Amino acid sequence: MKRRVLNERNRMSLCLPAVSVNEGVARAAIAAFCAQQNPGATELADIKCAVSEAVTNCIVHAYAGGTGAIYITVVLYTDGTVRVVIKDKGCGIADVRRAREPLYTTDAVGERSGMGFTVMENFMDRLSVHSRPGKGTVVVMTKRIGASDKKE
Amino acid sequence: MIHTDYGYEVQSRDRLLCVYLYGEIDHHSAVALREDLDALLLRERPQRLVLDLSRIEFMDSAGLGLLMGRYRLMKELGGVMAIERPNERVMKILRLAGMERFFEIGGVKGVGR
Repeated sequence: MKRRVLNERNRMSLCLPAVSVNEGVARAAIAAFCAQQNPGATELADIKCAVSEAVTNCIVHAYAGGTGAIYITVVLYTDGTVRVVIKDKGCGIADVRRAREPLYTTDAVGERSGMGFTVMENFMDRLSVHSRPGKGTVVVMTKRIGASDKKE
Repeated sequence: MIHTDYGYEVQSRDRLLCVYLYGEIDHHSAVALREDLDALLLRERPQRLVLDLSRIEFMDSAGLGLLMGRYRLMKELGGVMAIERPNERVMKILRLAGMERFFEIGGVKGVGR
């Protein structure tokens, strides 16, 4: 793959407590940040959905309903690439590969679809997940937006 | 809009129950919607449940869980469930999860793939 040098255009950092109302807050904040790049409606919806999944994972899995902080950094590069980093200091994931499988869920009795990582993977251009049990998880997602409105 | 705004309206006739959902379905709103819908289903015991999603502006995988859960409950109660009028973005996630295998979406009968 050809290496591209990405120049940063803008950046936003958020730190939110792990409570479910912040799923919507995070989506709205990231949508507002991305607006400067004139994203298409589908692109924006994709990013909002992926962010919602990652933030929900922090609340439901990493901190399992307890208290904790979610650290979100969004960087916009001059070529229109958006990089979203969502980090927690929660329980971590023992087997990331397994967690990323479609329909995999640790929740036997509830109503988790097990589709969170699948949505992130499909709705963004790239997804990487780094986790250490007991330390926390970092999700990094990128998507290039605004350049092609042809699919709208 | 900062708040996750959501809700629903209900129309019931004979044993057909139509629920018009609106706003955003995420993990936050799904918890409350699930409780309300289940109470409604257990009270009304409809033969057919139609969930109209035309006014759903956002839905993530928590919405998939909500739909699958209601589908299972309807099956237990001996009824069927259908989804009506999802927008393009909602349709994208329904398709990603293969939801059309379980229930009718927009009048199209599910085909077991």
